[in-house]
Amino acid sequence: MADLSKRYDVVVVGGGNAALCAAISARRAGASVLVLEAASKFYRGGNTRHTRNMRCAHDSATGTLTGPYSEEEFFDDLLRITGGETDEPLARHMIRESKEMLTWIVEQGVRFQPSLGGTLSLGRTNSFFLGGGRAMLNALYQTAERLGVAIAYEAEVVDLDIQNGMFLSATVKRGEGTAAVRAGALVAAAGGFEANIDWLKRYWGDAADNFLIRGTPNNKGTVLRLLLDNGVQEIGDPTQCHAVAIDARAPKFDGGIITRLDCVVYGIVVNKHAQRFYDEGEDVWPKRYAIWGRLVAAQPDQIGYIIFDASSLELFMPSLFPPIKSDSIRGLAAALGLDPDALDKTVSDFNAAVRPGTFKPTELDDCRTEGLTPPKTHWARRIETAPFYAYPVRPGITFTYLGTRVNHEARMLMKDGKPAANMFAAGEIMSGNVLGRGYAAGIGMTIGSVFGRIAGREAAAHARN
Amino acid sequence: MQEIEWRANSGGSGAGVLTPLGEAERVMIVCNSCRYCEGLCAVFPAMELRRVFPAGDLNYLANLCHGCGACYYDCQFSPPHEFNVNVPQVLAKVRNDSYATYAWPRALSGLFARNGLAISLIAAISVAVFILGFVAWHDPAVLFGRHSGPGAFYRLMPHNTMVALFGAAFLYAIVALLMGMRAFWRDISAPPGTLQVGTLWQAIKDASRLRYLDGGEAGCMNHDERPNDRRRVYHHLTFYGFLLCFASTSVATLYHYLLGREAPYPWYDLPVVLGTLGGIGLIFGPLGLFIAKLRRDPMMLDEPRFGMDTAFIVMLFLTSVTGLALLVLRETALMGVLLALHLGVVFALFVTMPYGKFVHGFYRFLALTRYAREIRHV
Repeated sequence: MADLSKRYDVVVVGGGNAALCAAISARRAGASVLVLEAASKFYRGGNTRHTRNMRCAHDSATGTLTGPYSEEEFFDDLLRITGGETDEPLARHMIRESKEMLTWIVEQGVRFQPSLGGTLSLGRTNSFFLGGGRAMLNALYQTAERLGVAIAYEAEVVDLDIQNGMFLSATVKRGEGTAAVRAGALVAAAGGFEANIDWLKRYWGDAADNFLIRGTPNNKGTVLRLLLDNGVQEIGDPTQCHAVAIDARAPKFDGGIITRLDCVVYGIVVNKHAQRFYDEGEDVWPKRYAIWGRLVAAQPDQIGYIIFDASSLELFMPSLFPPIKSDSIRGLAAALGLDPDALDKTVSDFNAAVRPGTFKPTELDDCRTEGLTPPKTHWARRIETAPFYAYPVRPGITFTYLGTRVNHEARMLMKDGKPAANMFAAGEIMSGNVLGRGYAAGIGMTIGSVFGRIAGREAAAHARN
Repeated sequence: MQEIEWRANSGGSGAGVLTPLGEAERVMIVCNSCRYCEGLCAVFPAMELRRVFPAGDLNYLANLCHGCGACYYDCQFSPPHEFNVNVPQVLAKVRNDSYATYAWPRALSGLFARNGLAISLIAAISVAVFILGFVAWHDPAVLFGRHSGPGAFYRLMPHNTMVALFGAAFLYAIVALLMGMRAFWRDISAPPGTLQVGTLWQAIKDASRLRYLDGGEAGCMNHDERPNDRRRVYHHLTFYGFLLCFASTSVATLYHYLLGREAPYPWYDLPVVLGTLGGIGLIFGPLGLFIAKLRRDPMMLDEPRFGMDTAFIVMLFLTSVTGLALLVLRETALMGVLLALHLGVVFALFVTMPYGKFVHGFYRFLALTRYAREIRHV
């Protein structure tokens, strides 16, 4: 049991990838370190539990990566997905540092493997954790414990004592009471606010009630709120987040990867009025995966239905829930609670607009519609072979981008633009510095590891001076 | 989470409790939508070749699983998560159930239930029969007399009798094991052409190294998320100890029939050297496995079958202990009793082989053979 009465050099709030990288790096730099994790030991690690890879630049192929991924290419990818909404010097700094991460994280006990089945498109750019995110966390926790990092579980931070941009202590809820934990420096790595539905509602209104949260229920944004209220500069659009369309039958929280659906490109997606609303075949799925959460969020009642036929059933990765099935489109509409006439018309109109082409399930093919709005520009094949299938989908929020502004040292910047005396941030809580919007697989973990390592190092240097 | 209708194997769904096969099917559907564990062992890559999981496939996957435990600690959905994914436990249950299903003759499949008790009884009875047999056959003076030099053992039991008795027991065990293997092979519907030199050789390599007991390289996880590789070491000691003992007996048989040299042999002679080395392996291996079993996270155990695993470990241990005791004390008056004890234990080991944990190696070997074929064809 960690001793909360002691004064530590560095206190790390959070228990995921960013927090542990910070804790290990601070401890390796000679600081005494306390980790305050709100979750129990089993649920430790926040959203890292649900991750599986990280994106790091590298100059050549490795045992687990199929080819080089230069800093320049990484930066170009980042520019493209964010539409330029990134802090360029900071992003370049992160990408440069990400190169070392591939060896540093392995030195902390994390193991990599070649890319997983069904993710071949990431085999060159992304390093996959052997056994997934929880295995990665287990390795980091073991290393932290071995180095002498103190770890407190079920230790939720409910208040921060910050005077003029200087962190003094954190108030920790422990059982019935609270404890004030003093430290020389603070690393905030406590995630975004995606699990705080009330906070989401400030921007999304009641629509947020229909959002499913894919990860930890603990990311309520308490620490982020406290920091912003204490003069730390805010960065990022509060409505921006990683949001994908997941099975509507998923649990409200913590359903993770297995409710994801990869079949949008093989069918059509309709809303509750049985109307299509976006080009399902715009690009290869990995490149469009992370836009569908927002698209569905914009539909009435935040629900959509992916409709496809028997010819597509085995083209995509299986998912947790079986698809809803019927021998006719009308029957399917009835099972989904949609207007059978409307769905029948939508499917018929779509089928009539499909032009002949050569279907290539994994590359941009020439199967498209003509004269249809919105069009389907690839993989458009008539939905005509019974049985017919559907998956209901809702927005699944992975994490939010609104955060604290930081500099190259992962040090928070105050509203007046001055660096905070002893406060650092890493991970989701500062992801908005790099991710103005959009997403590319594995970047969340890169932000966590790279800025976590920097934050720990800088916090230790500050506290030991 | 919304109620889900799980498929073919879901028995007892009314009570909300799935049979082991039903639960295994549910868990495999979860795992197949995740696949984070595919680098850990053979089970997950084999799972990924499937989208539905009929009983035969689940029995195949269950016997492919070495129980390294890595996937339990690596899983974000293991209990207390509501998805309740516990692959090592459910596959242990399915695997243990499958042993009874394949038992030959079917009438004896009940021996798998309360296996520990059944095997202890059979062992106790065979030891008693050997002791009583020696007493009845001879003057008690012979049993407690000192015997030495070639043929000493056969003064208590004629060699031909010994050979006939153990040959019969051994043959029976082999036939029963082969019938069980045939039943397994049919159940998992391995496609024709699976049994080839290449696939068998791959399976021999994978089995002899226990390739899939290492959690993908980190080491097996037994009592918590910290990996260590000790179960693999203990299993190697046990398995190779057993093989050495088997080699010892085989060499001795050749000595007897080809060279006309009768046991006991001097300590430096090949049968004794092999038997001693094997015996040492068969002491420390089972001991280590037993301690590992006691320390195993109860969450991963098929608790009711604890007795079966233990019975097998204890039988191997006793075989070795009685054999080594016989070696050390064979010049004393205790030889007669120890010989009866050793022969009783070995006899019981042979006749119960097809009805206990011993079968795991055979089904796993076949599963590895099938896997070698499947993976090569991807």
